[in-house]
Amino acid sequence: MDRFERQVILPGFGSEGQAKLKHASVLVIGAGGLGCPALLYLAAAGVGRICVVDGDVVALSNLNRQVLFGQQDLGKNKAQTAVRYFQEKYNDIQWKAIPEFITVENAQELIFHYDVVVDGSDNFPTRYLVNDACVLLKKPLVFGAIHQHEGQVSVFNQGPGSCNYRDLYPNPPAANEIPNCAETGVLGVVPGIIGSLMALEVIKVLTGLGKPLTNRVLYFNSLNSQSYEVEIQPSAATAVPTSWSDFEQRNYELASEGIAQLSWNEAMKLMGHEVAFVDVREPGEEPILECTGLVKVPFSILTSQLDQFEEAEEILCFCQTGGRSQKAAQLLQETYPDKKIFSIRGGIQALKS
Amino acid sequence: MPDRIHLKAFGMLAEKMGADSLEIENPGSSEVLKQQLLAQFPELKDMTFRMALDRKLLQADTDISQGQEIALLPPFSGG
Repeated sequence: MDRFERQVILPGFGSEGQAKLKHASVLVIGAGGLGCPALLYLAAAGVGRICVVDGDVVALSNLNRQVLFGQQDLGKNKAQTAVRYFQEKYNDIQWKAIPEFITVENAQELIFHYDVVVDGSDNFPTRYLVNDACVLLKKPLVFGAIHQHEGQVSVFNQGPGSCNYRDLYPNPPAANEIPNCAETGVLGVVPGIIGSLMALEVIKVLTGLGKPLTNRVLYFNSLNSQSYEVEIQPSAATAVPTSWSDFEQRNYELASEGIAQLSWNEAMKLMGHEVAFVDVREPGEEPILECTGLVKVPFSILTSQLDQFEEAEEILCFCQTGGRSQKAAQLLQETYPDKKIFSIRGGIQALKS
Repeated sequence: MPDRIHLKAFGMLAEKMGADSLEIENPGSSEVLKQQLLAQFPELKDMTFRMALDRKLLQADTDISQGQEIALLPPFSGG
């Protein structure tokens, strides 16, 4: 008997299904609210080779849903911490941790080596980037995302005639229509359910069990416990890049009208006397940045704090990934049309990597 | 018999509309419905969403018949 006995005796799965999992490899992008539960079940099921990609570190506010981590892990890289946890638990799996964010530069090399990709990221730029790279590499992509009490799951790019994310939403939404990641809130069990469904879809894709959610999107509402399935079809006019050089030239940042975005290098050069340097993240978001001239004005209270920027000639905003800071910059620009206001591209995560 | 259809809204669209399930008078086509919704809920103008008729994603303006169900589907990004 081995640790897979209870699934090997399942009709339609059997030792063939188990052998397929053992010889399969999965790349999990993001060890967050979706990635943690997905990893738990992929590892328990015996997928042979698993790689976790995440450049983020564990913060206290993650612990209600990122169930692989505990209080002893605060400040540690998520990919490395997750892999360390699993290495002790299951030594029959080949583990790899990539403590970086997926980017236009590393996407091809990272995805190339795996059979299936799991998108457990938490932002549109990454979702579009991962989708496009998977289309170019012809890799099945198990997609899951949540909004408060709701989630959606699908399987993209599983063979010819299979949809990808751009068949559903051809282009990313603008920065100003996206809810603020630190403010929308989530009960941990909701990404727990969606992440578990994602693990299930991976197992179905790898073993041929049942019918994966190819060309279907499943919506789940945790408040009324209803699910809703929508049939989708490949679109003739696709916005997916046609080549790697096209991919590399794409700007995956979200567009925000009229707000200039700066890199950290460009921002550093601007810093000085008349420049307000503003962290718009909420208290408790990691990593904490401390430096002279930095003011902290959480986005949630920015509207009541606008007058404190009267003296500044220029204002530089940043947040965790660059979404909220664009909204903050837009708000400031509406209040102070004559000031130069910038948002730092990629937020604090771009500074770390 | 009154010509009515079912409307289901997901995610932020349901928040903006104040309901996730409604019964409304049949506007006749998906494009007319969309224009009616944008007029009634101006915040929807800035939001990305797709529509499905009887659980099939719509690719173009489509006639709606009595009793059919339209779903309004915004993208989710959280994780």
